[in-house]
Amino acid sequence: MSAEAPPAEETIASPRPVRGSLPRRLVGRPELGAVVGAVAVFVFFSVVADAFLQWSSFSTVLYASSTIGIMAVPVALLMIGGEFDLSTGVLVTSSALISSMFSYQMTANVWVGVGVSLLATLAIGFFNGYLLVRTNLPSFIITLGTFLILQGCNLGFTKLISDTVSTKSISDMEGFPSARKVFASHLTIGDVEVQITVLWWFALIALATWILLRTRAGNWIFAVGGAKEAARAVGVPVERTKIGLYLGVALAAWISGQHLLFNYDVVQSGEGVGNELLYIIAAVIGGCLLTGGYGSAVGAAVGAFIFGMTNKGIVYAQWGADWFKFFLGAMLLLATLLNWWVRKRAEESK
Amino acid sequence: MSTSRTSKASQTSPASRKALVALSDISKYYGNVKALDGVSLEVHAGEITCVLGDNGAGKSTLIKIVAGLHQHDGGTFAIEGEETRLGSPREALDRGIATVYQDLAVVPLMPVWRNFFLGSEIHKGRGPLRRLDVEEMRTTTHRELLRMGIDLRDVDQPIGTLSGGQRQCVAIARAVHFGAKVLILDEPTAALGVKQSGVVLKYVAAARDAGLGVVLITHNPHHAYLVGDRFVLLKRGAMAGSHAKDGIALEELTRQMAGGSELEQLSHELARTPAPDLSGGVAKG
Repeated sequence: MSAEAPPAEETIASPRPVRGSLPRRLVGRPELGAVVGAVAVFVFFSVVADAFLQWSSFSTVLYASSTIGIMAVPVALLMIGGEFDLSTGVLVTSSALISSMFSYQMTANVWVGVGVSLLATLAIGFFNGYLLVRTNLPSFIITLGTFLILQGCNLGFTKLISDTVSTKSISDMEGFPSARKVFASHLTIGDVEVQITVLWWFALIALATWILLRTRAGNWIFAVGGAKEAARAVGVPVERTKIGLYLGVALAAWISGQHLLFNYDVVQSGEGVGNELLYIIAAVIGGCLLTGGYGSAVGAAVGAFIFGMTNKGIVYAQWGADWFKFFLGAMLLLATLLNWWVRKRAEESK
Repeated sequence: MSTSRTSKASQTSPASRKALVALSDISKYYGNVKALDGVSLEVHAGEITCVLGDNGAGKSTLIKIVAGLHQHDGGTFAIEGEETRLGSPREALDRGIATVYQDLAVVPLMPVWRNFFLGSEIHKGRGPLRRLDVEEMRTTTHRELLRMGIDLRDVDQPIGTLSGGQRQCVAIARAVHFGAKVLILDEPTAALGVKQSGVVLKYVAAARDAGLGVVLITHNPHHAYLVGDRFVLLKRGAMAGSHAKDGIALEELTRQMAGGSELEQLSHELARTPAPDLSGGVAKG
């Protein structure tokens, strides 16, 4: 008791707060498990697949990582905020379909379609968020609903409008070359060919990390995911924060969707189903808690990188692609266990 | 601690002071159920008013009215002499009334300093570079906790790693730092052990010495008597007594709190239970 002396100015021991030692701070980071996992996967495929260590392979791996990573980053933020989104996979396809079909049907400049698609995708994100804060139903149920609705709309509207399951080619339309440059081009840096999605991905990681760690909104995201009622009691606008997170997911789905469209010119309306789980898996491997309140954008990006390495590494090792899901599942379990173990150790050492 | 308290009290004579919060003859209904009836309560700067009562006596209804979560149906509610009706917890906070709930105080996985400034973050920079002033918030948190007597070396640790008592203290320090005039504490010692309770009560006293009016909700008369200046007893939503500290002894407070005459009757009933019969029954079975 005497150590905790009565409040008095004399008890000042250390005038400034100190940071914990470096190893302890590292152990406290949510991305640690993912980084260790990424190194292990990298070493593994470097040993078993000779082609894995070439620059061109690296570029392919980065591209595969970025297609998942662009979505995994905002999905991680959403999970830190305590919610799920199961509609993300098909939302990407919806976004691509809307811009393609709008431009084609209206014979407008493709940029008009791209703009309409942005508004429509954000509206769907807003719908998810608004329904969630209005009804207080679990986000799992609400977004499962929008997942099925969107999946049906994607197929139904595409068949209704184009009479096939895919959209018409828009490559000869006005604005296509410039839009392709923005969403589906590549540039060469040294020996590495870098797809532009990788740049989008890095930009999103930087933006999300900035928001999470250096803005008030980030503080609120952690708070609404960690303890919603406590956050509300100190004046955090819980509703606005959650809707904002869904809008962020929608924005990334739009970027992803435009890449899909301008990379392949035609969009298959049945695509995207199942991808929502890949995004969640990347976020969880990256240290996000399913219960919310903990995680990082960088971790989710590393999770996506693990996905890319595994996906392509299996091809370079010349195993059947059938083994990919097996590896992904094993990675998910191992990374989650590692995260759990590290966190437990970190808490005990305090 | 007691010296600083008397000096503070002597600065303002009791007669000239206006109550920070004054409830008189407050009533509250939930549908047809009467939750509060004719309850009066005064909170003065630099004093601790304890609200005591059993479960369901109306303690939480009373503080929810003061904290802005509920509105009263009858009677008057005045803040610094001005009659009011609070619409939301945010409004109460803006009027200087901070509430520390037993289990809703903090976000466990967030660092101490992020919890401390949650909802009132400090910024620096302009335009797109506008960002949280992390260093300022970390040092302020450290300094403010130190002022309350909590020497936390690492304000980056998740607040969930602190003990229950320390978490309550951080919430109290936060209310003091953000300029609360009235601090409402909902059962701050209910889930704590003896030593932890002592620590929390010390910070409650520290908040009082900082000049705040404190409302301490508790069902523990021993804790209340240690720090309280006046005691309001509630029973089934009605006032069962209101006493200044020099007007009531701990034994009397405990007796009234425990149910007074009801308890005496209970003790009679329990005393008459024939103990040997029981053991005999067990042996036969």
